[in-house]
Amino acid sequence: MASKIETAEAVEILSGNEAIARGAWEAGIRLAAAYPGTPSTEILEAMAGYEGVYCEWSPNEKVAMEVGVGASMAGGRALVCMKHVGLNVAADPFFSSSYVGLEAGLVVVSADDPGMHSSQDEQDNRNYARFARVPVLEPSDSGEAKEFMVAAYELSERFDTPVMFRTTTRTSHSKSLVTMGERVETEPVTEVRRDWNKYLMMPQNAIARHRIVEQRARDVAEYAETCPFNRVEMGDTRVGIITSGAIYGYAREALPDASYLKLGMTYPLPAKLIADFRSKVDKLYVVEELDPFLEEAVRLLGVKVDGGKELNTLLGELDARSVARSLASAGVPGVNPDLLGDLAPQAADLPGRPPTFCPGCSHRGLFVVLKKLRVFVSGDIGCYTMGALPPYSAVHCSTCMGASISMAHGMAKVLEPPAADAKPDLRKKVVGVIGDSTFFHSGITSLMNVAYNGGKTLSIIVDNSTTAMTGGQENPGTGKTLLGEPSAVVDVPALCAALGIKRVTTIDPYDMAETERVLREELAADEASVVIAKAPCVLQFKIRKSVYQVDAELCIGCKRCLQAGCGALNLYTDPNGDLKVEISATDCAGCGVCSQLCRQDAIVRPVSAEGKGS
Amino acid sequence: MSARPTMNVLLTGVGGQGVVLASFVLSHVAMSEGYDVKQSEVHGMAQRGGSVTSHFRFGDKVWSPLVPEGTADLLMAFEALEGLRYVHWLKPGGVLVYNALRINPSPVSAGLATYPGDVDGLIRAAWPNTKCVNANELAAKAGTVKAANVAMLGAISPTLPFALETWEEVIRKAVPPKTVDVNLEAFRLGAASASTPDDAGCSTR
Repeated sequence: MASKIETAEAVEILSGNEAIARGAWEAGIRLAAAYPGTPSTEILEAMAGYEGVYCEWSPNEKVAMEVGVGASMAGGRALVCMKHVGLNVAADPFFSSSYVGLEAGLVVVSADDPGMHSSQDEQDNRNYARFARVPVLEPSDSGEAKEFMVAAYELSERFDTPVMFRTTTRTSHSKSLVTMGERVETEPVTEVRRDWNKYLMMPQNAIARHRIVEQRARDVAEYAETCPFNRVEMGDTRVGIITSGAIYGYAREALPDASYLKLGMTYPLPAKLIADFRSKVDKLYVVEELDPFLEEAVRLLGVKVDGGKELNTLLGELDARSVARSLASAGVPGVNPDLLGDLAPQAADLPGRPPTFCPGCSHRGLFVVLKKLRVFVSGDIGCYTMGALPPYSAVHCSTCMGASISMAHGMAKVLEPPAADAKPDLRKKVVGVIGDSTFFHSGITSLMNVAYNGGKTLSIIVDNSTTAMTGGQENPGTGKTLLGEPSAVVDVPALCAALGIKRVTTIDPYDMAETERVLREELAADEASVVIAKAPCVLQFKIRKSVYQVDAELCIGCKRCLQAGCGALNLYTDPNGDLKVEISATDCAGCGVCSQLCRQDAIVRPVSAEGKGS
Repeated sequence: MSARPTMNVLLTGVGGQGVVLASFVLSHVAMSEGYDVKQSEVHGMAQRGGSVTSHFRFGDKVWSPLVPEGTADLLMAFEALEGLRYVHWLKPGGVLVYNALRINPSPVSAGLATYPGDVDGLIRAAWPNTKCVNANELAAKAGTVKAANVAMLGAISPTLPFALETWEEVIRKAVPPKTVDVNLEAFRLGAASASTPDDAGCSTR
């Protein structure tokens, strides 16, 4: 799909993420690095389309952050992007970057996911900004995202500080109008300036830098008083609202005529501006999503707040209706009545439509087998986490990137070994399952730990040669970079061997009998082992083999094939009242998992007109 | 000119149905006609058969990208169940236009749930101000079933204040060059279906 349409005026409809990339390009950045993660992924994908910027997918957010710190320390403006949990991984260099500062601007995008559309937790990463004494800008739409991004680099250099650029799913993934500008040409980087006191964080230097960092926070707070992105919009003075980001839009709809202090920079805060705004309104409300980040800071200034987090929940996303209802319940005048009406009743008991493995997905057969084996599966972050959903229900824990193997190791270390005369029981076995990109991200050290500390767990690396869940990005195993250049390819079996794993087997996960045989063998082994289930992502590589059909004469309606949980299969009742399964020819990708499950030989691949069976 | 109020459209469907492209066309048509535009969708799991929603809003000044529940002027459902699921998003007097198509959710495919048998009846009971369109059939007639999303745009086009030329100009630029004619034909058939007095015979399958 085309991402944009050129118009005569320099106005385009861009997503927040596309606008961030545009703003960074206009600011003359020389480098951008990221690890994919919803809702941040499209920033680097858009960035890669601009000339004059080196862009890369780093193997994880910590590496991306350090690459950005290095570039800015050398004198090139740099951009680093991640989802909220990515900053947990990158926290170490993020904090250090605050101490060392930079030669050229450094902006770190943290794309938070209130409502957890595609995340394992909710985090308000503005807390990191305050924690690390790094100023944070929060745009409320794409137009501001571009404008703030250009300004973020000026702010970064003026105060010698990295800047956090905090979005949420609704600013990153919503589209609105953006006015285009020109790129600022920055000086080429010819050498790396040496400044031992500033850039080498041994204690004697770091002690001196901490003093500078705290002074800088006070200086930026002073600047916040006149920062053009902190804007007062006076209306009805009975009600004053302090808000930021996408929530500003919800509040404007909920209370069209109120007075607003719209904060574009949410750390550090402008104390005088806030006190002055307070003095002009009768009641003051702070409306924000997730944590009471602004509210607590405003209260600490000694400013009276008439309503905050007790009105708008800590949990999930807000929207205009929830804001309207919460303020109306507190007796706030002027709430938009259109947002207070009752809703039409929702239809009850409708089947949900959760995401699932695509027809043809290489993970499907593996999870059917894992379910049959009844092992405990320690899962990870990626498409294969959907192996936890029915009908597989074959993933039993999943926390954060790279945790599958290390958690399985910890479990195995505390599990009592079976008695010498006990029957083998696979239910007591723990297996780690991790994808290729997640393994490169933070699974390698976990596997090294298993080998080093004499673990005996089985780790399954599901290698589909792409970063599938976020839309198919390149990674160190795919042989290509973000910019499309051919690259070195990690040799996964050799890497596992180099880490000290002696049993490494590669299997074809579409061959379920062989998959089961190998897994049983490796589970019986008395040492650590790795099984690499290697087959490319059907969605990313558009793989379609010839389709299967059901021989209705042979189908007995036993539903065994439905264990595949494939969207191409459909259960129906034939005119005789008998249950049968049919296969959608438009959806079937020809993987054969359902056929292997069928015990009636009813699912067959007809020989096509050209005589090709596969 | 008096201020034009914000119009709210909610698009719903299943990953892979072209909901995102339809939103793209709507946004650019509204921008071309001089409106402020905001649009929002959630990426990440959209291609894996999950439920997809996209919010599209236009007016003189649009504050936020989300259509609040109970305020949609138009609910455009690319699949019947995904229409029924979101009727509470409509405001009183709002219009539901849905595609006469059933796509089984994964729990139904796995035999763990059933698709509502009389989904058309349930939709009409829940929201009488409803129009059913056979967008996949219209698109197939135009040349490819892949243009069903553009046929849906044709079907809802009479409910929005945009000129035909603007629709056509944006569709030309938004779809792959080789498919322009097919898509324009699908749009035209969709628009024509909207003016038929009733859609008797249009039911999901």
